[in-house]
Amino acid sequence: MIEGILVEGLIYSIMVLGVFITFRILDFPDLTVDGSFPLGAVIGAQVIISGMPVSLGLLAAFTGGGIAGGITAVIHNKLKVPNLLAGILTMTMLYSVNIRILGNRANVPLLHNKTVITGIHSISEGLMKTEYATLIFFIIFVYIIKKLLDLFFHTDLGLTLGAMGNNEQMIISQGVNPEILKIIGLALSNGLVALSGALAAQYLGFADVSMGIGIIVSGLASVMIGEFIFKSNKIAVLTLSAVIGSIIFKGIMYFARIYGYAVRMTPNDLKLITGLMIIVLLILSKTKIFKRKKGLE
Amino acid sequence: MIRLENVNKIFHQGTVNENHAIRNVNLQIKEGDFITIIGSNGAGKSTLFNLIAGTYAPSTGNIFLNNSDVTNEPEYKRAKYIGRIFQNPSLGTASNMTLEDNMMICSRKGFKGLKISLNKKTREYFKKELLLLDMDLENRLTDNVQLLSGGQRQSLTLLMMVLSRPQLILLDEHTAALDPKNAAKVLDLTQKFVSEYGLTTVMITHNMGHAIEYGNRMLMMDKGEIIFDVSGEEKKKLSVKNLVDKFHEIRKTEFQNDETLLSR
Repeated sequence: MIEGILVEGLIYSIMVLGVFITFRILDFPDLTVDGSFPLGAVIGAQVIISGMPVSLGLLAAFTGGGIAGGITAVIHNKLKVPNLLAGILTMTMLYSVNIRILGNRANVPLLHNKTVITGIHSISEGLMKTEYATLIFFIIFVYIIKKLLDLFFHTDLGLTLGAMGNNEQMIISQGVNPEILKIIGLALSNGLVALSGALAAQYLGFADVSMGIGIIVSGLASVMIGEFIFKSNKIAVLTLSAVIGSIIFKGIMYFARIYGYAVRMTPNDLKLITGLMIIVLLILSKTKIFKRKKGLE
Repeated sequence: MIRLENVNKIFHQGTVNENHAIRNVNLQIKEGDFITIIGSNGAGKSTLFNLIAGTYAPSTGNIFLNNSDVTNEPEYKRAKYIGRIFQNPSLGTASNMTLEDNMMICSRKGFKGLKISLNKKTREYFKKELLLLDMDLENRLTDNVQLLSGGQRQSLTLLMMVLSRPQLILLDEHTAALDPKNAAKVLDLTQKFVSEYGLTTVMITHNMGHAIEYGNRMLMMDKGEIIFDVSGEEKKKLSVKNLVDKFHEIRKTEFQNDETLLSR
């Protein structure tokens, strides 16, 4: 049970890192995520089904998500549409695109194909329990991604991205085109989201075009839970808090699913719970700031 | 070095809100000039800066930078040669990032790659530069900029702007939001950097005393026009009193002109 929560939390934490980049670093609320998550799932699935290596599937998913994010940024940049609308446009279009990629189907099972999970199982066979092997694999995998992100946000380009989210005028004054930065940031974010989608599909054993519904809200909830625990201006701590927030979120969802029956809750109520959780977190963070301000005065 | 030719800017053209913000401005800024601009609210001072910086393009007319036409060049491209400081101290820095991150971003203009330039050597360089401010900021490299006071932030913005040695700097009432003590300090720093690095400068101010005291040339703007342009020895002889007289004199003649127009 606990390994299940941890593994799921780690897989979804890659998506949470993507949401963290757009919402917190770029200050660009990007709803493309609801479309790029299943995009990654269906691209990964199709590559695996056609018999190509799993790693290629993950790479293709990352690239596909990156392109989707880039499209949102270009719509926002060139047509001067608000960022929310640009994201909704791409997300809606992706729904049809995803069904196309799956060959006019809404879902495909991956139970009899070689996936990341079967790969781990074949390597770890006889050495340890497969659940633990999966957990160890994903801890290492997410750790590498987190480290790479930390490194990226320490580069000159990464710093500039961070500054753009805070003060776009400053970036323009430094001779940098903010449109290009938005494309880079959204591509990176949605690439991570799609990668997470591909891994989730392989872990769950199917790819479904509707598996992205509400993903953005759960991602945001995870980011906020993480922020509630850690407060820092260091990127390494912030990315860590996003990962931990994702695991805690999955834990809460798990218990809501298991013990929710006691109060006649069904899995269909989980989205409502997620939304309510965000509202509660917002209220809590507001009062916290309120208290702190009071203390200062 | 910068030349404006017959520049006009009309906002909301063809509507009831039409606003002719800049009227037929011709202006030549030479290298090494330190120009101060005064004028009442709505005179078009900030609009003039926005046109020079490229925030928006003029309705008619052309702008030349080093003899090449930059009229339609976007702001971020022109920013490679032009530094700018706003009245609001928060516009020049990224408040939720550290001092050293802010300085890193500003130390070189243009697109930044995947290099990690923030290392021991650059930190030492930043510390040395921060010593010039004499605000004890050299020990606060890892503090977030939002922890600094308005005066400290504006001084930091000034320092960061000159790090990249821009060819032209535009100061848009950069001391107006500060208390008198800090304002004096920032102005002193401005004068110091300008003379030390030989920066071509244009400064908007509401303080006539400053307008006379600083720089080698002064422009007075009113209703979108440059109504008074004085430089060199003549400028040095000015006092606040005869500046006000001058303003009334010019305005009066204009008023009379209007009257004659209306009576016709």
